Amino acid sequence: MTATRGHFISVTINGRPTDIGVRPNLSLLEMLRDDAGCPEVKLGCGEGVCGTCTVLLDGEPVNACLVFAVQTNGCEITTVRGLAGDGELHDLQNAFLDHAGSQCGFCTPGMLLVTKWYLDRHPEADREELRHAIAGNLCRCTGYTKILDALEAYRDLRLEDGHGD
Amino acid sequence: MATETGIDTAPAHARDVPVKAPPARPVPARQPNGRTSPVPHRDFVEKVAGTLPYADDWSFAGILHGVVVRARVPCARIASIDVSEARAVPGVRAVLTAADIPHNAISEEASGLGIEQTVQPVLAGARIRYDGEPVACIAAENMVAAVEAAGLVDVEYEDDEGVFTIDEALAEGAPSVHPGGNAYVTYNSSIGDVDAAMERADHIIEETYQTPRVDHAYLEPESGVGWVDSDGVLTLRVSTQVIEHARALAEILELPHSRVRVIAAYMGGGFGGKEDMTVEPYLAALVWKTRRPVRMVWERQDSLLARQKRHPFRMRYRTGVTNDGTIVAQDIKILGDAGAYPLLSSRVLFAGGVNATGPYKCLDARMQSTAVFTNTVPTSAFRGFGAMQVVFGYESQMDLIAERLGLTREEVRERNFAQQGDIRVTGEPIETECGTRECMHRALQELGELSEPTRGGRVGRGFACSMQPYGRSMFFADRASAWIGLEQDGTMVIRAGVTDLGAGQAASLANIAGEILGVTVDRTSVHIGDSHLTPLTGGTFATRQLYMSGNATVKVATALRDKLAPVASDLIGCEESELEWANNLVGMVGDRARAVTLSELSRTAESRDVMPYCHETFTAQAGEFDPKSGQGQTYPDYTHGCHAADVEVDERTGEVKILKYVAVHDVGRAIDLQRVEGQIQGAAAQGIGYAMSEEMETEGGVLHSTLFANYLIPTSLDLPDLNAIGLELYLGKGPFGARGIGEPPIGPCGPALASAIHNAIGIRMLRLPMTPERVLAAMRAGRDNSVPGPREHDA
Repeated sequence: MTATRGHFISVTINGRPTDIGVRPNLSLLEMLRDDAGCPEVKLGCGEGVCGTCTVLLDGEPVNACLVFAVQTNGCEITTVRGLAGDGELHDLQNAFLDHAGSQCGFCTPGMLLVTKWYLDRHPEADREELRHAIAGNLCRCTGYTKILDALEAYRDLRLEDGHGD
Repeated sequence: MATETGIDTAPAHARDVPVKAPPARPVPARQPNGRTSPVPHRDFVEKVAGTLPYADDWSFAGILHGVVVRARVPCARIASIDVSEARAVPGVRAVLTAADIPHNAISEEASGLGIEQTVQPVLAGARIRYDGEPVACIAAENMVAAVEAAGLVDVEYEDDEGVFTIDEALAEGAPSVHPGGNAYVTYNSSIGDVDAAMERADHIIEETYQTPRVDHAYLEPESGVGWVDSDGVLTLRVSTQVIEHARALAEILELPHSRVRVIAAYMGGGFGGKEDMTVEPYLAALVWKTRRPVRMVWERQDSLLARQKRHPFRMRYRTGVTNDGTIVAQDIKILGDAGAYPLLSSRVLFAGGVNATGPYKCLDARMQSTAVFTNTVPTSAFRGFGAMQVVFGYESQMDLIAERLGLTREEVRERNFAQQGDIRVTGEPIETECGTRECMHRALQELGELSEPTRGGRVGRGFACSMQPYGRSMFFADRASAWIGLEQDGTMVIRAGVTDLGAGQAASLANIAGEILGVTVDRTSVHIGDSHLTPLTGGTFATRQLYMSGNATVKVATALRDKLAPVASDLIGCEESELEWANNLVGMVGDRARAVTLSELSRTAESRDVMPYCHETFTAQAGEFDPKSGQGQTYPDYTHGCHAADVEVDERTGEVKILKYVAVHDVGRAIDLQRVEGQIQGAAAQGIGYAMSEEMETEGGVLHSTLFANYLIPTSLDLPDLNAIGLELYLGKGPFGARGIGEPPIGPCGPALASAIHNAIGIRMLRLPMTPERVLAAMRAGRDNSVPGPREHDA
């Protein structure tokens, strides 16, 4: 996509500062996928309903399809690849693996970011609260049960490790 | 098309079929979480890491952006198409219409029985038959130009008279969607003498049930990338369940089959919706025309508007029963709305028809199923494929029988459960043992005490049983091939043309081969889904992949083990029968010290001209079916199950809350119990959406539900925890005795919840989905479709 009549914005993606040229009507989702080398951010519906394209914008979850790229100038963006260090998996990702919280995997990046954000703020959340936390992220494969199993396992692990304060 | 058969209950060929279970194999050992392998397969690691490259996560320098231009009328003649303005948009590299497609026909004789002729164009050139039908496709340097050009494709339409419902389509003098009439394929099967048996019945119970048109709603849109590779081969890397479509694409472009290659990326869900081609023909035509790489992603709204759906069924059940609840006669008529083109409708209506009597014995049974063309979006494959719609029919009918006869819902089922050897409506026996009864008992037991209301509504309990096939219809004489080799370092390579929908199809092959050759998953690479480079297995559909490619993998892994065994026994100094293959070593049973590594075995074998690889083909049990008599062999085997639920109905709003849900299936042997549970839960969730909220509503051929905002698939708040139980009761015909589990758990949801709603408020819902509006309307109408029943819970 050409950016000749666009703007340059400065963003930090997964801890790395980047300047990107964007046209005014480019969505954050398009920018991340096409211009910023973040194909891990997935397009599900493009209308802000499914939560598949969720990223953290200055630490808060947003549907990247509903945010204009130009609005993110100066912001920090976290995608699923920013959850853990290179080549490492975050404990939450390992919990999804152990409990088969991921089948086709397409909702997984958004699901992981929302739940990481939520459990950081509500470390002792119970299963019903977790059920509410993922209500904006559709999954068509798992029926959510194993996702909730994974979230509870991760919550318990954090509480045991003393990160739950 | 077909005639009903005579009185003979079991044709000779059916009686002669030996009834036998396949040989048992040792069940793979399991980890505490139910998994076979202690380490997850690579694709799952990549998925949680966000690094798995899906079909749209792939690019080339200079790639063009492709779009499909769709007609927005449901039924019209095309007077003219003018693309001159579209072609003039700067950056546009191709605008193709029907005239540009060398062989403008998506041709497949889908029935497998030689009974179809209707042709679907790739791009409509003369008539529009449904809202959203493709009329042109465009490739441009950027998306902005492509979209602008799409808006400038000027099609002049002349209104045409259409038919938008089954009733309109079947009315006398109705306009034909295609030449030859709207009832385009009909199956008839019968055994015994239904009319005489109805005479003997104490009661005849008659009802009509309806199921909705629904969308697969996988989260990954239809997408892919195409290019002409350095060898001159047109190559597509797409989200598809079927790489064998490469042949159809070659025919569309009038190229040799060897010049078109399809690679299937790991899918973000398929559920049957990527079984027919989606982006492929448009991508292929644009790549071939421009000789440039092209990328195409369908918008969600286009996907909801125009990609094929599940068939709405209307099912008339007429059942004769004796006073004790024994079914003595079944007469079933099914109409399925095929939409505007055949796609796989003939197979779906076949599956619906031959499975319409469910897991119940009836020696005097008759079924007729008909696919009907209408000017609406085409319908085709979707998890359950005809065999799931009828579960709502036969299980609602069982409940109705119980109610009319004053029996419990369990009693009436107990009296009628079919067993191994019982004859189906097609005259064939059920070859393996049936675990439906055990599943029913377990499901009800698992629910425990009836739930308490949570917000002042009425609570009820329901359940439904099912028997759904796995594997393709036997007259397809299905085949799957696989290749396995040991590298010099002892790691294993598996090549099989499987496509992976996200259910772990590739991982299963690693588990199966690993079990036989003793190679761990972390030392295995599975190459899947490439029509030129992997042995073809057939697509991933019909719950066939575990059965087919799983058995092919068993066969080839066993062949390789047998091939290498003489070398191993020589190296170790023991008999071949004493060899043990485990943990990346081959050793002697009871004497681990004498083991050699697979690397040593592989190198030694090669030095002795015993090449450490094999290729094998598994051929499924084949059979014949005569579409005229409606008799013959249909499916290789079945998966049985029962779902049970407690619901709470709010009598003021009609809202139904699911309080508890249990899904039990006999899976024969679970290759990976955790993944089996995942399949059951996912199918149950999809089935609950089908039962409660999902419907693609149409009016005059125009689809109203083209946004995720108004096509309501279940969120986490719409579902309780789904208690999935995979029982290992009776061996099936898959590897190690497994039964297929991808589709069967979607069937019982609708009738189980309808049964629970009836139990709660005495209203029998005859139509899915059971939205609050419909439940409320049914309550207000005073259950005009159903006799009042006692509100006791049959325990």
